[in-house]
Amino acid sequence: MIQLSHLQKLEAEAIFIIREVAATCEKPVLLYSIGKDSAVLLHLAMKAFHPGKPPFPLLHVDTTWKFREMIAFRDETARRLGLDLIVHINEEGVRAGVNPFGSGSRLHTDVMKTQGLKQALDKYGFDAAFGGARRDEEKSRAKERVFSLRSAEHRWDPKNQRPEPWRLFNTRKATGESFRVFPLSNWTEKDVWDYIALENIPVVPLYFAAKRPVVRRGGAWIMRDDERMALLPGEVVESKLVRFRTLGCYPLTGAVESEAASLTDIIAEMRSSRSSEREGRVIDHDGSGSMEQKKQEGYF
Amino acid sequence: MGALAETRGAPAPVGAQRPANDEGQNVEGSARALLRFITCGSVDDGKSTLIGRILYEAGAVFDDQLGALEADSRKFGTQGAAPDFALLVDGLVAEREQGITIDVAYRYFSTEARSFIVADTPGHEQYTRNMATGASTADLAIILVDARKGLLPQTRRHSFIVSLVGVRQIVVAVNKMDLVGYDEAVFRQIEHDYRAMAAGLGFSSIDFIPVSARDGENVTQASRLTPWYRGSALLPFLEAVTIAAEAREEAGFALPVQWVNRPDLDFRGYAGMVAQGRLRVGDGVAILPSGRRSSIARVLAPSGEVSQASAGQSVTITFADEVDASRGDVIASLADAPSVRQELQARLLWTGEAALREGAEFILKLATATANASVTQLQHRLDVESFAEVPADSLPMNAIGQVTLRLDRPLAVHDYSRNRELGGFILIERLSNQTVAFGFVEGVQPARLGARTAEQELSLPLRLRRAMASGVGRPGSAQRRAFASGLSWRAGSSLALAGATIALGASGGLAATLAVGDFVLRPLAHRAHKRLWRRPGAGDLQDGAGI
Repeated sequence: MIQLSHLQKLEAEAIFIIREVAATCEKPVLLYSIGKDSAVLLHLAMKAFHPGKPPFPLLHVDTTWKFREMIAFRDETARRLGLDLIVHINEEGVRAGVNPFGSGSRLHTDVMKTQGLKQALDKYGFDAAFGGARRDEEKSRAKERVFSLRSAEHRWDPKNQRPEPWRLFNTRKATGESFRVFPLSNWTEKDVWDYIALENIPVVPLYFAAKRPVVRRGGAWIMRDDERMALLPGEVVESKLVRFRTLGCYPLTGAVESEAASLTDIIAEMRSSRSSEREGRVIDHDGSGSMEQKKQEGYF
Repeated sequence: MGALAETRGAPAPVGAQRPANDEGQNVEGSARALLRFITCGSVDDGKSTLIGRILYEAGAVFDDQLGALEADSRKFGTQGAAPDFALLVDGLVAEREQGITIDVAYRYFSTEARSFIVADTPGHEQYTRNMATGASTADLAIILVDARKGLLPQTRRHSFIVSLVGVRQIVVAVNKMDLVGYDEAVFRQIEHDYRAMAAGLGFSSIDFIPVSARDGENVTQASRLTPWYRGSALLPFLEAVTIAAEAREEAGFALPVQWVNRPDLDFRGYAGMVAQGRLRVGDGVAILPSGRRSSIARVLAPSGEVSQASAGQSVTITFADEVDASRGDVIASLADAPSVRQELQARLLWTGEAALREGAEFILKLATATANASVTQLQHRLDVESFAEVPADSLPMNAIGQVTLRLDRPLAVHDYSRNRELGGFILIERLSNQTVAFGFVEGVQPARLGARTAEQELSLPLRLRRAMASGVGRPGSAQRRAFASGLSWRAGSSLALAGATIALGASGGLAATLAVGDFVLRPLAHRAHKRLWRRPGAGDLQDGAGI
């Protein structure tokens, strides 16, 4: 009997889930958000269909406020792997001038991310969308299924979830309904980094410590990635050795002071850390039920 | 391996170029052995509190989460000013409002000794299906019993379901010992009662630990308040326990086909997760339910091309010849193969809101196969109080019953006790698409597939092609050329015979008859003559001769 390591078991399970979607859904898409979890998800999708290519495109819902390095990495990754990449921007939101500074994090996330995602899924008629979310990230995610059924309006009903015994996923749905599928459900942050190190998966350089221009705002270090971020009275741009544990819209993502410049450093730092990776995410702190609320509204 | 190589960074060794990917498969890796366990018990037994306490003590709760916990405890908590650890796991707003667990929550933590995945499952009978879901992937179950209340109907129900889904190792955590003054007599009585109740459930081990989840006694370290208890505290126990199932190597392999991988005309692979056993390149296989035969040419694992794969690995295999398989088929070894059945005897855990009645029809999903299934007979229902089988004409929600199912096509199955992947199934209600039952196949023995069955089960056109190939050889082969040359020689000699007959003055009809007769009869006479002189020997036995 070949003894599988913890990571090999997680890898096998994720590949199984990805193939199950390809085999049972009509028009899947991989929601590629450029971060480390997406990098692992994409790597697993490549493996699942080798020597062929994944039978679905990548979709990035661009809020127009992502770090510039993320966008460059996104385009490079799609080109390198020879995959179709769909970039969707909620143009209505752009025209209305929604932005993380003037509109607040909650409205910005709702319009540019949640509504943008729903627009894109409807526009292309995708009936299953892969996401890289993990159950260890947040309490309401810990309760979500691997195949998370969404209504035609993209709503999640936490009280009416289908049981998923063994590895038997009920992939049937009515017309208009869709699935959000989470192949990394059982992975932890540590598993993700261990796997990235083991498989040498390229990730956005923002995860590694470097001198970056940051501003202290709202108790967090915010990187001033472009001129759209106006300085408030008293604020100064400092050059600090920082890195990011998660990546999102740059005005909403706090950097951590760190000297971890390699994967080994990152893994060592994570082991000794006393705060969760989502600590730097401004959108999670709108109240402890807020992720559940956003998911019900159609957020990933 | 182009695509795979490209997904890796430059310094990584590339799958196909690595001489032996097999080497990489045997390493346990840096990760520690994983233990998946569930906690179950009746409402208010303190399951979520216990899990929250373990997470907290194991250092799996971060400072920012603790900050949120303190805020939540003031708002929803049931512990006054102290942090309410249940709020760490009860993640849904409805759960926090009602102070109960509705849905199964999976939590991940690790200690120096081991990684854990824990499924915290609801106590309410109404949410039994969520409890069964958590149990279906667990290696071990912690059953909580409230020291003040002793065994409750839910204790019996949960113990039975845990046994039904195949969990064999049980830890009974007698909780709230603080509320009975850490009285040994209370603990021993519960131990005695539980052993008596669980006698027929087939557990391989049952351990009892007195705890107070709220105060953290006997959770991560031995309590000084229970000097009469000699065993380990709960977490050290879980770190040390060995899982019996992992050591077992099952005979026979089975790979349910999940996805047919045809990127181009040159490659046709069959992808899926190995459900049991070990398969190797060169192994003879049967494709079930059809029974067609082939052998394995290549095995592609996530690490690259390998020579073998075993249970739990997601692989893609190719066959040595042009046989066809599709999603839902099972690629199996000839010995200890799944049985092909169109009628199933099964236990059902009914999770539908409307009761099950005989004659109802569903979509059945087993491994990667789906079929239409009708419940032709409902034999009995299980009384959870007495574990007795009672006659029933319907199964209400959360009931367990014995049924006969008729399928619209044959499927390859194992007995659930032998293999969960090929013995466990779900029933789906066609209109609502809801999962209405978990099923457990019973009364099936593994099949031994002989060579004869293979030939019999081949389709007629394929049999003709095979017969043709064995008589006249495949195109381009030496046998085919010899056949063609013999054919032209015989045709020539028959024409010569016809010419000679006409030259001797016979009619054209007679000449044609003689020529055709010569063409057909002479080879037959030749074969009969050859057979007469051939000595029988072992080498002459044909495939399918019955050995």
